Amino acid sequence: MKAPDFNYCCPKTAEEACGLLATADSDVRILAGGQSLVPAMNLRMASADLLIDINRIEAFKGITLSEDGKWVRVGALVRHAEVAVSPLIAEYVPLVHKAMRYVAHPAVRNRGTSCGSLALADPSAEMPACAMALNAVLVLQSKKDGVRCVPARNFFFGLYDTARRDDEILIEVRWPCSSQGSYTGFDELSRRHGDFALVGIAVECQLKGSRIGHLNVVSFGTGPVPRLSERAAEIAAGQPPTQQLAHQLAAQIAAEIDPDDVADVDIKQRQANAIARRVLVQVFQECAHAN
Amino acid sequence: MSDELKLPVRVQLRPQTLVGRSVPRETARRLASGRGRYLDDVHGGEVYHIAFYRSPYARAKFTLGDLSAAASSPGVYRIVTGTDLTAICAPWVTRLEMLPDHVSPPEYALAVDEVYWQGEPVVAVVAKTRAQAEDALDAIDIDWNDLEPVANAEQALSLDSPLVHPALKSNLALEREIIRGDVDAAFKGAACVVEHHFSFGRQTGVPLEGRGVIARYDRRTEELTVYQSHQAPFQMQEIYAKQLSMPLSKVRVLCPDVGGAFGIKLHAYADEMAAVAIARLLAVPVKYQADRLESFVSDAHARDAVVSARLALDSQGCIVGLQYEGLFSFGAVSLYPRGSVGEALQLLETCGLAYKVPALHGQVRGAFVNKVPTGAYRAVGQPLGAAVMEQLLDNAADKLDMDRFEIRRKNYVVDADLVNDSDAKLRGLSLRQCLDTIKTDMNYPQLRQRQEELRAKRTYRGIGLCTFIEQTGVGAWLYGRNGVAAASKESVRLHLSTSGEVVCHTSASESGQGVHTGLAQIIADTLGCPMDAIYVRTGDTLSDPVGGGSWASRGLALGGEAARLAALDLRHNVLSVVAAWKSVSIDELEIDHGVVSIIDGEVACSLQQVARLVHYDSTVLPLPQPPSLSVERSYTPFSKPYFMANGIQAAEVEVDIETGQVKVLDFWVVEDCGTVVNPLLVDEQIRGGVVQGIGAALFEHCVYDEAGQITNASLADYLVPMAAEMPDIQVSHISTPEQETGLGAKGVGEAGTVGAIGAIWSAVNDALRPLGVSAHKQPFTPDVILSAVLQKA
Amino acid sequence: MQTKNVADITVTINGQEGSFSVPVRRNLVDFLRHDVGLTGSHVGCESGICGACNVRVDGVVVRGCLMFAVQADGCVVDTIEGITDSGEAAALQQAFLERNALQCGYCTPGMLMTGLELVQSGRTVTRDEIREELSGNFCRCTGYHAIVDAIEHVMERCTK
Repeated sequence: MKAPDFNYCCPKTAEEACGLLATADSDVRILAGGQSLVPAMNLRMASADLLIDINRIEAFKGITLSEDGKWVRVGALVRHAEVAVSPLIAEYVPLVHKAMRYVAHPAVRNRGTSCGSLALADPSAEMPACAMALNAVLVLQSKKDGVRCVPARNFFFGLYDTARRDDEILIEVRWPCSSQGSYTGFDELSRRHGDFALVGIAVECQLKGSRIGHLNVVSFGTGPVPRLSERAAEIAAGQPPTQQLAHQLAAQIAAEIDPDDVADVDIKQRQANAIARRVLVQVFQECAHAN
Repeated sequence: MSDELKLPVRVQLRPQTLVGRSVPRETARRLASGRGRYLDDVHGGEVYHIAFYRSPYARAKFTLGDLSAAASSPGVYRIVTGTDLTAICAPWVTRLEMLPDHVSPPEYALAVDEVYWQGEPVVAVVAKTRAQAEDALDAIDIDWNDLEPVANAEQALSLDSPLVHPALKSNLALEREIIRGDVDAAFKGAACVVEHHFSFGRQTGVPLEGRGVIARYDRRTEELTVYQSHQAPFQMQEIYAKQLSMPLSKVRVLCPDVGGAFGIKLHAYADEMAAVAIARLLAVPVKYQADRLESFVSDAHARDAVVSARLALDSQGCIVGLQYEGLFSFGAVSLYPRGSVGEALQLLETCGLAYKVPALHGQVRGAFVNKVPTGAYRAVGQPLGAAVMEQLLDNAADKLDMDRFEIRRKNYVVDADLVNDSDAKLRGLSLRQCLDTIKTDMNYPQLRQRQEELRAKRTYRGIGLCTFIEQTGVGAWLYGRNGVAAASKESVRLHLSTSGEVVCHTSASESGQGVHTGLAQIIADTLGCPMDAIYVRTGDTLSDPVGGGSWASRGLALGGEAARLAALDLRHNVLSVVAAWKSVSIDELEIDHGVVSIIDGEVACSLQQVARLVHYDSTVLPLPQPPSLSVERSYTPFSKPYFMANGIQAAEVEVDIETGQVKVLDFWVVEDCGTVVNPLLVDEQIRGGVVQGIGAALFEHCVYDEAGQITNASLADYLVPMAAEMPDIQVSHISTPEQETGLGAKGVGEAGTVGAIGAIWSAVNDALRPLGVSAHKQPFTPDVILSAVLQKA
Repeated sequence: MQTKNVADITVTINGQEGSFSVPVRRNLVDFLRHDVGLTGSHVGCESGICGACNVRVDGVVVRGCLMFAVQADGCVVDTIEGITDSGEAAALQQAFLERNALQCGYCTPGMLMTGLELVQSGRTVTRDEIREELSGNFCRCTGYHAIVDAIEHVMERCTK
């Protein structure tokens, strides 16, 4: 399975890359980590007239803390492997730190990028789920509009369909720094380690005193986009973080699965319920210990 | 005095046998350094690459349009069609003389007018690079008229089913039964009857290196040379000579390092045949290797059967009757040359074979369907037979409230019962010893106790057991007698060279099993030379002694005995020379570490000196006709069709009844393969086989839709077992040497797979038992488990 | 900016710099195998799953089938041949040999690349964690147990 032919260019700056995107009159693809695009090309399920390799754009590298200390900024070329060992992520974005264990395999993590994963928006991927849970900010750049920011909760439209226009590059993701009293949990069910998720849960629980101030629960792998449960947030608000609540919320999460999205809804609901409950129980236990 | 004339120093070490020692493989050093020479590494100079246009439909008619666009695609040398090839390569038909009713449709190298499975090669593009060949595929103009496919065996055998192939009179490919005693009476009178039904998913072998050939026809010498990643070079030599109407001696097949085979590379495939025929037709060197995508729709498929079975016992738990019937889905043709029947026949033959079964009725049917042809894949049918019987025994133990070890132990065959000649192959098994050993190895009472404790906390662990008996060292009865031109034997030719090297040419090939290291150990011990003086060569029909290759767990069992016999011959010949030279009798001489000496006396000479004498200066000897220093021996079992090995396997699993995940916590094997030539290599063969069995039971499945098209033809979706899900596997041995050979080794290559599938079935159903549900469909995916738990229809 | 479908690249492979002209669509492992003649890295799936093509680029192990050769311009590439000749992999290879952690050998170069990266990481890992690290390398022959043993053995000796 050899990739079909394409034209290739390797811009050195974001502006150059955006310029190429803007002027291209044909099928253009951005090559970042390549861990999703290149297999698709090798399988001849994807092709491009022009491949824009952004791997040499220095400005896209690096994980930094914003000046106001509220965001961790992850550039377009930051590899999963870097995120996994980043002290900034570990300290300020514990949800993402926990999720990294489930992302692919070492060789793939050495090339694949967070932004690439977010731009692709595979429904079973970990990064989009975390972005939804934390309402991360996706930073897009184009020649036409310069830089614009889209909150994650306005970014994922449908299956592989995001707010990113064809002439835009996702140049950065900004993860909000966790605050005092924030507890996170992440788990996914997959057939084998590193496989795509059959069902996954990302949780961020913000305590207010001894009760839940706000709870973000995102389920993924059960529909075309990661799903933030508003109903679960409503139920949880102001409640003490008990095991019983965890059970109730898990049932709610499971009930939100649309039968049209899955092959067997009974099975998927049972699995989602189990995973959600286990994560929530663990998170709530941590919350309870804190008090 | 020059070095070569100086008397060698006697090595003053106590003789140590190499057979039985865990000697590492020297080949492994080369392979671990990236110096393997697999098919695509063979530097053939300029070669053309072939890509195939394959049928997207399970059943269709087609018309080729204008191929000039494809032909003029950059880098393309030629487009070749089925019609082009029939001029020099006729279609072939699998025929088995012992099964005259098994009638296969013919198979073409490239399809002509019609196709019968998704993936069947239709057009070949020959180009400078593989990438360019693939580019041209898009330009091939072909009109399809897709027809209704026969998607499964039930449909195939229904009254109004279309025929899988117009050459067939019926889709029924095979129907066989074994009857012994009165099974109806046995069941009627039985105190206890249990049953189970089984669905074994279609799967394939997934060797990491794809199948492939590099073929070159030299117009000057009219010789065809084929490098092939294969298990049976002589078989392929015969087939190419026959198909291309060439003298056998003008066809040479070479097998380089093979990156995994497992039976998948045992067959003759249309795409490889097409590539070789193209080389002959165009007289240009060509290379073809199946990529991963192609492999899923062309490599032999396997298993794919539904079995229902019942066991009848008396109130003491003694078996009174066994009844089983299996329905197998083969493919669109019977794979050449050995046929697609092995999986079904071996289920038929081996189910219950380890047990005393006074009344038995076994029946198998196989149907042609419009899918990839099925063929031999590791253990061929035996895992199914073992899984069926062991599951029934578990069900019986539960119903009778009997211990699962006890019910097996009391029903195992004993030699005293094996009175008929046909039972001879079952004598000398160590079933009870293996059972007792595994019970200790796994600390069964402790596992049981932990299981009970965890059940109380709604955590469901299962302990599985699977006794197995296994056909190894399979010899003449399956091949020559069936009219299949595959050797019944393995052969060794030993040659003592003037450098003192002992060169061993053997037909016993390998793909990492370590057969060659084993042969070297045997030769070293028998002849009396150091192991590093031995060079084992294989994989070349020009220089190997005729033999089989690598399959049916026989490389070392048969090849090893041939090596032992040849080494004895060579030893005798060497000593004859030295005896004549030194005027002593042969009985006074010994060979150790390459040095010939008088026993308890002086050193006579080195093996190298013997060789130089015989080859360069033989008239020194008082022997007008010195014995040859090149000897050849073969071996095949004579009094029975194969060597029967036996063992038992056990698994501990945990079933998560909320997610449906099955985790294998631990695994044990007790294996009796007779003499263990090299424990290090044997144990790893067992482990590899076990993991293929676990993979089958939990992960692997070729998933087809109703249109006969595969839906998961990639490693992303066809789940092979990876490291994180596999357990450590504890292996121990009982050793009951094979009586028919001096070596005493039985085969072991497939053993791990024979028992592992059943061990997982047994374990999963043991885990689910307290819930009153059971699993019937392999692979045990979360969906299968949860469907059982949720009691879905 | 000029776009192209053939590129001139300069790559340091196993310590030796070389210049090559490659079609841009040629992937790194095909380039190494056929343009450079280093056949030790293997092709098993061309979709980034099996790990047979694992090579090291600028110090990290990557899938050779998921990078285009043109992307390696100016990079330092190490293959199984390089880590063998330099002796970097010697302890691990010896452990594989002694433990028979390879059979057909086809997955082995990729497996050694992954194993070496783990060994050199300096991490302290459990057997389960070793298995997780290997979860991107498919082996059909060994069943993994021996491979885990070999890596564990080397890591234990490293930490001593």
